[in-house]
Amino acid sequence: MVTLGLSPVDWLVILVYFAFILGLGIYLKRFTRNQEDFFIAGRKNSSWVAGIAFLSANLGALELLGMTGNTYKYGMYVAHFYWIGAVPAMVFLGLYMMPFYYSSRIHSVPGYLKLRFDEKTRVLNALAFAVMTLLVSGINLYAMALVLHTFVGWNWDVSMWVSAGTVAAYVTLSGLLSAIFTEIIQFFLIWFGLFLVSVLGIVEIGGVGEVFARIPPSFATLWSTSADPAQNGMAITWAGIVLGLGFVLSFGYWTTDFLVVQRAFSARDLRAARMTPIIASFFKMAVPFLVIMAGLVALALARDPNSGFALLQDGGQINYDSALPLLIQRYYPTGLIGLGITALLAGFMAGQAGNVSAFNTVWTYDIYRALINPRASDELLLWMGRVTTVVGIVLSVGTAYWAKSFPSIMDYMQAIFSWVNAPLFATMLLGMFVVWITPNGAFWGLLAGMGSSFVLFLAVKFAWINPASITMSAVASDMAANFWRAWWAWLICFAVTILVSCFTRKKPREELVGLVKGLTAEKAAGSIPFIKTPEFVGIVSIIIFILLNIYYW
Amino acid sequence: MKSIWYFVGLLLITMGAIITASGLYGLMVPPAEPKVLASLHPDLWWGIFMLAFGLVFARLNRKKVVR
Repeated sequence: MVTLGLSPVDWLVILVYFAFILGLGIYLKRFTRNQEDFFIAGRKNSSWVAGIAFLSANLGALELLGMTGNTYKYGMYVAHFYWIGAVPAMVFLGLYMMPFYYSSRIHSVPGYLKLRFDEKTRVLNALAFAVMTLLVSGINLYAMALVLHTFVGWNWDVSMWVSAGTVAAYVTLSGLLSAIFTEIIQFFLIWFGLFLVSVLGIVEIGGVGEVFARIPPSFATLWSTSADPAQNGMAITWAGIVLGLGFVLSFGYWTTDFLVVQRAFSARDLRAARMTPIIASFFKMAVPFLVIMAGLVALALARDPNSGFALLQDGGQINYDSALPLLIQRYYPTGLIGLGITALLAGFMAGQAGNVSAFNTVWTYDIYRALINPRASDELLLWMGRVTTVVGIVLSVGTAYWAKSFPSIMDYMQAIFSWVNAPLFATMLLGMFVVWITPNGAFWGLLAGMGSSFVLFLAVKFAWINPASITMSAVASDMAANFWRAWWAWLICFAVTILVSCFTRKKPREELVGLVKGLTAEKAAGSIPFIKTPEFVGIVSIIIFILLNIYYW
Repeated sequence: MKSIWYFVGLLLITMGAIITASGLYGLMVPPAEPKVLASLHPDLWWGIFMLAFGLVFARLNRKKVVR
């Protein structure tokens, strides 16, 4: 099963990375003097730093391996995750939602819920987010150990404890600041480490046109086969893509998941915070060159019997995640293999650091200070952040061992995301743009949305209901069911929030100033040239997004 | 505090130098089992590119300070 052998030069490249990020954590500790520095990196990052960190917090190795494998399985439709499944939501966050987040000087997304609604809504979301973050963090750690064991032959326990220990060390030293620094480094390592895979694949096959010519026609388009789910690789209709992925899952993740939004809170001013997701959207649109193109190259090679390329098999099942490691093995000589493995390791560890830095903030502000010690001093909060980092890492390792003994937990990953993020987006949307939504409406809507998402997941998984009743078509993949379940959870949360708000007490309007559209003064852009405003850059991003969709229609 | 871009430059210089050296060695002593497209020497050219990119990044940002 082991496919990638490492030479001493490859090991040297990996060791340089570990030494570098630990050294960076030690260097940054001297600049982490108070809780503002630790939890929101002192609010001094430029839009470029925050923007690349915003993207990198999401660009984990699990995603790189998984999306390359998914492209092999589903074709070009996977690009929807990077384009309609990200870009409109990122631009919307920067243009319309960030002013409410950033101007209220909150430390976390649950902190906004406290200001806009009440304590119980904040605590509900904080607890759900904390559980989700630990589960995702632990499952990522398990996946990392599994990947390294399968493809590089490393010891399962050693690779998990060494990477978790390294993350614990540098995040404990300087909190979000070191998490953001390592995310920037991860971004460059991923591009430098994996860019050549696609380039060499295109060179071997004979050009991008030839790659598309060698795959099934239904795998080479984005929209033209979406009217009939039987005609495309993902077995989904355009409505499922637009409503489930493009609207609910995408907006739910990119505009409310504290893991990514926290990076924008670290920006030095409102304009930089608004530019953060918009700058990230340009890089997001470019990521398909790494993952989609690599997946298509793998598919084209696998269809050519003379290429000698075939994905690994586990118990008779194709291991789609093996596509990227096998391409690395095919093209990369000594030294570059070390760089490719370092890129994957950096992706895993930066994802781990992102999860734990979001967890320590939500625990410290939205659970510890809100429920346990409201009068905690600055020093105590900083201490609590450091302790929570170590505890979070230990709990993640525990979750990873649990996942090892219960591998089907991986199936629950999508359920976890749509459980927390999809309904929260309805709560946020109504909270920011509708004045008369009440605290009780938000709480019961959120609870109903979260509960319905989980029940629908169980109902489909254990065949309590026919999947066609939620996917609106007789043919549907697991992915299609995920998209549609998110849509229904969002709709239930949206409807219950409005219904309960009609019969419960509203918050005084003066308490909502700065938190809701219509009660918040619009700030003029000042002396910034129009081409440097978030509005202009956001429009450019949307135009490129539209052109990409038309080109690959 | 030094800018993150400076550190990115330093890391790329270090890794670029290692990969370039490895590529040069591979040029002089070809591996027994060459990879697909090994004749293009991707390690050598990519190592040089990383090195150059890192030098430019480190040079441009060596005096930049974040307050």
